[in-house]
Amino acid sequence: MKYVDEFRDPALARKLLSRIEGRSRRPIRLMEFCGGHTHAIMRYGLRSLLPPTVDLRSGPGCPVCVTANADLDRAIALSQVPDLILTTFGDMIRVPGSRESLQDAKAGGADVRLVYSTLDALQIARKNPARPVVFLGVGFETTAPTIAAAILQAQAEGLENFSVLSLHKLTPPATRAILDSGEIALDGIIGPGHVTTIIGADAWEFLPSEYGIPVAVAGFEPLDILRAVADLVDMIEDKEPAVSNSYARSVSQQGNPTAMEVMGRAFEGSPADWRGMGIVPASGLAIRSELEQFDADCLYDVDPGPTKEHRGCRCGDVLRGTVTPPECPLFAKACTPVRPIGPCMVSAEGACAAYYQFGQDVPS
Amino acid sequence: MSEERILLAHGSGGKLSHDLVEQLFLKHFDNPVLLQLEDSAVVDIPPAGASTLGPVALQPRIAFSTDSYVISPLVFPGGDIGKLAVCGTVNDIAMSGARPLWLSAGFIIEEGLLLDDLEQIVASMAATAAGAGVQIVTGDTKVVDRGSADKLFINTAGVGTVPPGVAISGDRAQPGDTILLSGTIGDHGMTIMTQREGLQFASPLESDCAPLNGLVADLLDALPPGSLRSLRDPTRGGLATALNELATRARAGIEIDETSLPVREAVRAACELLGLDPLFVANEGKLVAIVAPEAADLALATLRAHRYGQESTIIGRVVETHPGRVVLQTSLGARRIVDMLVGEQLPRIC
Repeated sequence: MKYVDEFRDPALARKLLSRIEGRSRRPIRLMEFCGGHTHAIMRYGLRSLLPPTVDLRSGPGCPVCVTANADLDRAIALSQVPDLILTTFGDMIRVPGSRESLQDAKAGGADVRLVYSTLDALQIARKNPARPVVFLGVGFETTAPTIAAAILQAQAEGLENFSVLSLHKLTPPATRAILDSGEIALDGIIGPGHVTTIIGADAWEFLPSEYGIPVAVAGFEPLDILRAVADLVDMIEDKEPAVSNSYARSVSQQGNPTAMEVMGRAFEGSPADWRGMGIVPASGLAIRSELEQFDADCLYDVDPGPTKEHRGCRCGDVLRGTVTPPECPLFAKACTPVRPIGPCMVSAEGACAAYYQFGQDVPS
Repeated sequence: MSEERILLAHGSGGKLSHDLVEQLFLKHFDNPVLLQLEDSAVVDIPPAGASTLGPVALQPRIAFSTDSYVISPLVFPGGDIGKLAVCGTVNDIAMSGARPLWLSAGFIIEEGLLLDDLEQIVASMAATAAGAGVQIVTGDTKVVDRGSADKLFINTAGVGTVPPGVAISGDRAQPGDTILLSGTIGDHGMTIMTQREGLQFASPLESDCAPLNGLVADLLDALPPGSLRSLRDPTRGGLATALNELATRARAGIEIDETSLPVREAVRAACELLGLDPLFVANEGKLVAIVAPEAADLALATLRAHRYGQESTIIGRVVETHPGRVVLQTSLGARRIVDMLVGEQLPRIC
């Protein structure tokens, strides 16, 4: 993987850092939308390398984290349906819902299986024709097309025991919701690289045109992120907000029309419940009514019980960027990756997990 | 009544495993030997007729260890469950500086396993044992109903003798000591990961599964007495977890340099693809050696001269500051803490 080394080159990193240092005058706050960015920033120690004028805030870009407890409880209730096999991406399994996690449900006898791709879930459905197989559809525009493709594949095959609980979410409406709330002043956004590969850089034009703030779409290597920060600092200092694409090796202006088309065939826009933000209109993806035989929400009438939030957990605030993980009273005390209380401490993309794993103060 | 159950992560070799050992097993099995929490127990043999278990001069000390193997798939590039079961226990014994001599082998077999498959694995155990210079001298077989085990589980226990004058343990590392690693990291874990159902992408990965007692014997022969302080094989939980254990036992800090860590290209690519960090991925044929600084060059040359240590490197040092913590200097020059593995990266890899 030589390809990756070029984006981790220490000499190039120093060049970008000195460009940022040379340009950055006024203190600015940037939000990295993606949890993947937060992890790369912490893993490579970028916060400590940037000048003190640049403050980085983690955003809502962790699909596992923004899944509301009510939805998680529904998934856990589904796992209790007799004979049902619940398939899910790995991180979801450890997130505590109102009472327990899918991992607890699994240890208690539920058939919960980790998969790496929806194709694996389809395969499980084919191998177990007598049992209902539900895929827990969690993700942004990045994963939604693959799950849409799985639904369409199931339809084409007449795979009647396969369905999806669609908890998919869309990133531009969430960004709007954060800016509209006025809770946090942001000078620029590090745009989500993988999501934008699908939706295209043009999808972020509303940020400079309506909100007057620049966005730099970034990849996930340290140089990608530094380049995005450098672009943002330039645009802020020059007062010329625009959409910069520092991830052109993956992201085009228009995105991936095939993926968007597949997504549109299986899903339609719907309101979605975001942890920390509540119901955001037109920010989710529901399975189209003509495909309702693949919609676990229509197929199973489960009782998830009353929703409870853990007292003290500030994941919701972390996801809106209003606090940093160490500002949560539970951080690294009651809430650790071993015994996580909130999802941001669980997920590989969660901000709290990134701060915990990579951000502990290094004693000198 | 607690409703808490055992989770897969309790077996990951990371933090939950440590919690289980410390909060449950040590509570009931409390004794000074076990409390050392080394890869193998080192005990003195009381002379016949003695009424107490105390240190006795001129008696050989015995290293004793056990491990169970539940890996899936049973056969993988670079090895199989039988080879792993021999190497794993041989290595645990070797990490105390002992010379492994005898192994036991216990087989828990699921009804329906093909006899030919069992024979292939047993033959592999025999060949590995012969290569490592150990004998399998006792054993046991149990067959359970279909569904009560997954094809085949193997337990091995082993005994070795610690040469006179050799004292190797985690608490002997001192600030200033040099830390060596005997080769690339992550090979075993990523091989198994890519072999598992659902991840069938072609890759040139191969498990590093190998007996390390020869490597340890060479080190003991070459280095001045006392300069080889600590040894660990970074299996489950990976290098990060092994270094954290060493830092804790030594009550000292550890500093490592990210750019010095050897990782095979294919392993790195697979890790990037799956979002894993090779620091936390299991190895089955590597060791970490902590040596006195003046012995570092000789130790490196000795490791590199051995077939299982050709890619050895110096990865860091023991420091006085931040006792119990491992600090990594990133490739971009920033410094960060490296913690133990939390949760579970890979199911059933050993």
